[in-house]
Amino acid sequence: MMAYIIRRVLYAIPILIGVNILTFVLFFVINSPDDMARMHLGVKRVTPEAIESWKREHGYDKPLLYNDRAAGAARFTDTIFFQKSLKLFQFDFGLSDSGRDIGYDISQRMWPSLAIAVPVLFIGLLVNISYALLIAFFRATYIDFWSVVLLVMMMSISSLFYIIGGQYLVSKVLHLVPISGYDTGLAAIKFLILPVIIGVVGGIGAGTRWYRTLFLEEINKDYVRTARAKGLSERLVLFRHVLKNALIPILTGVVVVLPLLFMGSLITESFFGIPGLGSYTIDAINRQDFAIVRAMVFLGSVLYILGLILTDISYTLVDPRVRLS
Amino acid sequence: MTVQPVILWTDALVFLLVALAVLFAWMARGREHLRAPWRYVARSRVGMASLVVLAVYMAIGLLDSLHYHPLLPKAGDNGHGPRHSAEIVSLFDAIVAPLRERSEKTYSAPLAWRLYAKESIERPDGTVYRDYPRLKYGGAHLKEPAREWGPDIRRRMALGLVKAAVIWAVVAASLALLLARRDGIPLSVMFGRLARGETAIPWRTVLATLGLVLAATLVVIELAAGYHVLGTDKVGEDVLYQALKSIRTGLVIGTLTTLVMLPAAILLGIMAGYFRGWVDDVIQYLYTTLSSVPGVLLIAAAILMLQVYMNNHQGAFNSLTERADLRLLFLCIILGITSWTSLCRYLRGEALKLREVDYVQAAVNFGVGHFTIIGRHILPNVLHIVLITVVLDFSGLVLAEAVLSYVNIGVDPSMNSWGNMINSARLEMARDPIVWWSLAAAMIFMFVLVLCANLFADVVRDAFDPRLRNSRD
Amino acid sequence: MRKAYRSPIRRLVAPMALVLVMLLTAGCLSKPWNNPYPARDSDKNILYSSFEERPKHLDPVRSYSSNEYAFIAQIYEPPFQYDFLRRPYRLAPLSATRLPKVTYYDAKGKPVDAEAASGDITMAVYEIEIRPGIHYQPHPAFAKDENGAFLYHDLSTEEIEAANRLADFPRTGTRELVAADFVYQIKRLAFPHLHSPIRGLMADYIIGFDAYGKRLQKVFDTHKGKNGTGWLDLRQYPLEGVEAIGRYRFRIRLKQKYPQFAYWLAMPFFAPMPWEADRFYAQPGMAEHNITLDWYPVGTGPFMLTENNPNLRMVLSRNPNFHGESYPEQGDPGDAEAGLLRDAGKPMPFIDKAIYSLEKESIPYWNKFLQGYYDSSGISSDSFDQAVQFSAQGEAQLTDAMRKKGIKLLTAVSTSISYMGFNMRDPVIGGLSESARLLRQAISIAVDYEEYISIFANGRGVPAQGPIPPGIFGYRPPPRGVNHYVYEVVNGKPHRKPIEEARRLLAKAGYPGGRKADTGEPLILYFDVTASGPDDKARLNWVRKQFARLGIQLVLRTTDYNRFQEKMRKGTAQIFWWGWNADYPDPENFFFLLYGPNGKVAHGGENAANYANPEFDRLFERMKNMRNSPERQKVIDEMMEIVRRDAPWVWGMFPKAFSLHHAWYHNVKPNLMANNTLKYRRVDPQLRKQKRLAWNPPVLWPIGLLLALLMVSAIPAVVTWRRRERSAAR
Repeated sequence: MMAYIIRRVLYAIPILIGVNILTFVLFFVINSPDDMARMHLGVKRVTPEAIESWKREHGYDKPLLYNDRAAGAARFTDTIFFQKSLKLFQFDFGLSDSGRDIGYDISQRMWPSLAIAVPVLFIGLLVNISYALLIAFFRATYIDFWSVVLLVMMMSISSLFYIIGGQYLVSKVLHLVPISGYDTGLAAIKFLILPVIIGVVGGIGAGTRWYRTLFLEEINKDYVRTARAKGLSERLVLFRHVLKNALIPILTGVVVVLPLLFMGSLITESFFGIPGLGSYTIDAINRQDFAIVRAMVFLGSVLYILGLILTDISYTLVDPRVRLS
Repeated sequence: MTVQPVILWTDALVFLLVALAVLFAWMARGREHLRAPWRYVARSRVGMASLVVLAVYMAIGLLDSLHYHPLLPKAGDNGHGPRHSAEIVSLFDAIVAPLRERSEKTYSAPLAWRLYAKESIERPDGTVYRDYPRLKYGGAHLKEPAREWGPDIRRRMALGLVKAAVIWAVVAASLALLLARRDGIPLSVMFGRLARGETAIPWRTVLATLGLVLAATLVVIELAAGYHVLGTDKVGEDVLYQALKSIRTGLVIGTLTTLVMLPAAILLGIMAGYFRGWVDDVIQYLYTTLSSVPGVLLIAAAILMLQVYMNNHQGAFNSLTERADLRLLFLCIILGITSWTSLCRYLRGEALKLREVDYVQAAVNFGVGHFTIIGRHILPNVLHIVLITVVLDFSGLVLAEAVLSYVNIGVDPSMNSWGNMINSARLEMARDPIVWWSLAAAMIFMFVLVLCANLFADVVRDAFDPRLRNSRD
Repeated sequence: MRKAYRSPIRRLVAPMALVLVMLLTAGCLSKPWNNPYPARDSDKNILYSSFEERPKHLDPVRSYSSNEYAFIAQIYEPPFQYDFLRRPYRLAPLSATRLPKVTYYDAKGKPVDAEAASGDITMAVYEIEIRPGIHYQPHPAFAKDENGAFLYHDLSTEEIEAANRLADFPRTGTRELVAADFVYQIKRLAFPHLHSPIRGLMADYIIGFDAYGKRLQKVFDTHKGKNGTGWLDLRQYPLEGVEAIGRYRFRIRLKQKYPQFAYWLAMPFFAPMPWEADRFYAQPGMAEHNITLDWYPVGTGPFMLTENNPNLRMVLSRNPNFHGESYPEQGDPGDAEAGLLRDAGKPMPFIDKAIYSLEKESIPYWNKFLQGYYDSSGISSDSFDQAVQFSAQGEAQLTDAMRKKGIKLLTAVSTSISYMGFNMRDPVIGGLSESARLLRQAISIAVDYEEYISIFANGRGVPAQGPIPPGIFGYRPPPRGVNHYVYEVVNGKPHRKPIEEARRLLAKAGYPGGRKADTGEPLILYFDVTASGPDDKARLNWVRKQFARLGIQLVLRTTDYNRFQEKMRKGTAQIFWWGWNADYPDPENFFFLLYGPNGKVAHGGENAANYANPEFDRLFERMKNMRNSPERQKVIDEMMEIVRRDAPWVWGMFPKAFSLHHAWYHNVKPNLMANNTLKYRRVDPQLRKQKRLAWNPPVLWPIGLLLALLMVSAIPAVVTWRRRERSAAR
């Protein structure tokens, strides 16, 4: 087990290097250091020498990937890419191009993101599974039919509509919660209610349908038929056998998204003015703050890989038949 | 020569897609194992009903994909040959030209005959008063709009319904005639079967859906002749026109994205599963790396990259349409890149399994070439996965377009798309009285498409995935 | 056994109840429920406002945008300010005792008259005396121990490691403001390392400024290597043109006459900076922990920044060491009637705290204003119909609904211009040839800015007749000031010339019907624009429609902001939108946008159209240093005629600032030059609390309806369930 994890972690390193190169290339194809300097120095009355000295101070005056003026290994190390990437692997994100400590910002902005993502995930899970079980119980009745119709309709509505509509109705017309904003501590609850409800409602369509399929697949397996033939009540069959066995795909599906919860939700956070990591990323893209973008991509990739490893591990924990090799 | 046709990049790909579909259908004709699932689709009521609606969308999308430079009106002086405008329009634009050209000054509500907000109007004597100005086109034929408006709307709707009924009756009758001749039974018996829904293919459902679609279309056509059916937007453009034009954008994103990613996904996925070893490692490395980069960033970077390219090659893009089209294509490609990895992973898994199957092993032992094996044994056996993925991804991509437009990394802002409509309508929600029709129009058009696509995708998946089909009893 | 499996419906009850409880606790604790602020603050003397974007720089050396000034102008006090009430705009002393004394000298060092020809003047000396007894806000940089040594000037690495906010250094101190602090700040402006945007400009005027910057850079490069701190004690390096004379007086010497310099002295660039702060923030490791002068200002003003969380909110609190200033006692006619003099002579500031919340989206912003959670609001174009209507006379006034709420409206034509420029270096549209000039004039007529203003700005703007906005010297009201190339005067009012006239000009320019006369090819023009917002599509469609009226095909080249800037710098754009926000109320600050030697491509200046007309340039140089007088007006009239004829811009519009404020918000008068207006504001928290309660009653019945619907839809399920259970039991 331990050896397996170590191997997976080592395997992650080339992937992270690849991700890093990709981000780096993509970003500098579109965005020269000169552009960045101008962006940060403002528009009015900017002189070329100010740009040069900004680049020098922020370490952007070196060549991007290959330094033909240096000698030996320095040809590759004395470049923007090497200098800026090296620290990343030590999780030292450094200063953003506007001079803020990225690590500190991430540690601050992580909590609002989690405060939305975690309730959405778990309440959503609860609602979806309950509803799916309900449908599975009433399968092949008109309840099943109309539920599926409802679910497909809910799936077909754009997530933007849920947000716009929810905000308009609940906050503007009914005056139930603040329209947008955030606060620290317990005071944050009233700002979270609406985004969480919208997140859950928006996910019901696809989520419940997926669980319904899982349950129905399970219900049609032989052991369930046997159990039913033994005279077990439908409820017992559903809860004792079907739910238990369907837990494996449910669990692994949850585990893989767990680490990514940190990344926040781009759209929801922007609409509700929540200072999480999602809006942090979007702002950085708009402001062309390369340091932040690179840090977030790196973090995202690390979390993604972490999710994959966790999934594998959770498989073995749930189902002892699966061996990690 | 009156027009100068233009084939945009996405047009070419749309035509390629149509050609592929036709080719596939032709191939499937002769093969029972390919025909059977489609027969299942054809016998599903939900499938056929949604297919009718999808067909309407596709027809509009295809008409909107035939582009050309229109001829300019002859200039005053002589001596020059006919000149073409640099503007690019589509056949669909020509058909709905009145919708496109009749623009008002600013907002007007659906079916309105006056603007939505009061304005200062100057009387001939120089005094100024405030009132709702009449529209230039909407309801312009009414002399006393306050009195005539209601009856006129009702008359047009009735006329539309009558026309729809006539067309529907003709279609239904000819269908019955055709079916009766094919089955060699009297027409009256055929009518009876149709009415009771006793045909193998659910023609009754098809006809009912068609009737609804026809009624809606013809009523809209009748009304559109004199009004802006869905109102006008901030600069007075017809919202119905925008929503209709957005159909092509939605369809292109939903279909071309999967089309452009297919070759890579299929090839790499099967190769990884089939060859295993270092090939597998490299391909796995590739897709894990790609899928670990947050998609939004990848899309944003690609869109900005394209803009740099277009700025450096300004000469090559003389019209807005071409620029927007290239951006659309690029968006498809980049969305494809972010989404091909999951298909690739599925295919790899499937190929891994198939590789161990007896007949493949036998072929290997007989020394059949690798690519022959892949082409003959593995590819046909994974095609159903590809098909299911394509239809299932479609609706997700249409919805994704709207979200991307919100972050300003979607299609070109000048292009008609539901995402752009929703994005601009967001601000209109704060107006009072609220301007709801742009948002509603985009939402409804998108909803109908995505709903039908979802329903159709379900049927297709059931048809092609026998495991699931059996479990649905 | 059965107990272990609860019914799915019962499973739903728990989370629902939880949500309900959460709602209730959030609700019962404080009404109104949608109050985004803690309930305990409802009675407090706090002003609520918002900011749209994180301010980039709060260091007065670098800060140069209005969203940054919204904060630092309340904190830093330059020597002068603009009079709050009186118009036209005039300077008033702030930390200085009186307006600057200026003396001019000729080449021989003899004092000369201010009206002497500007060529004769080789030096202008500004002497400024500051008020004694002004103290800085409490700040750790001033904190001293019992022995009088600075507590936080030589922190260990560990101490800095432990800090993340300024508040992590609990002890504070203060010091009296001295003239040397102003000198220190001007030296900072010269320091290249600090990237002041006005460094280049000041180098043209202040004696020794440029050389000083170069010297500092050299010293800094060697010095930094030695002790590792970024701090350079600027007090040790004298700057030739700027010196302190005694404790409360300093002198600035300029190379030439530059009457606009006094206006610069009213901007935060020239606010005092204590060397202690610079020393404190320069300690190694501070910047890595977000503790910099760019984030935590140190000023003498009425407010200080007590919370700086740009992800959420910024809080300004009353500065306990504020020197005190009383509300102006004199105003313009009409100010007393408007209640603007009710607080005359009372000590400022009136509010204890100002909370600025981050608000990126305009819809929540507007709705929160309507709900009473922001005290004032600019109006976005889309909320406009709701708030404002025009009277029969065409004047803007509030709608009845707004008036019933007690909301008040203020309008003012802003000292900025938004225009459509032509790149004068472009072979088709640019140049001073007759054909290109006619083409530009034709377009100027065709682009109907009256319509633009009514559609996109909802009437909040004045079509520009030239580059000078109303309220700035040199502006002439109609009918005198009408641009007769685009408008004709009817009944004393400007009316845009008919489109036929534009078509005629276009034909004369060689493009009859929008086709080249010789080949019949259509004329294609290019519009370069950054498209980002959702509103842009409509705008661009509108522009295309304007050109189409002339038969010209307009190709829109949309790009991102960086590319657009690059195009402007390289001069590859053809037609573009641009704008300018005045630094100070002087015509020079607008005409210099058309001055040849300021060309963007050739000289990197602010002349975005790259317009260069020798005659205009000559007049500009003359007008620049003149006093506001009939002669100056005459020169301006001449210049105006030249640029109107050449039409390098479609003059566009002067936006009108509309602002709304609630009944509890007092002492508001639009002042487009002054930024330090927070100290004048007064709020009435009791009235605000009462209104908020009245405007935001929670509406609960839809929730009840929803629950009822859920229950009703559960009935058939329960029925089926029962039937199943019974059949299973059988």
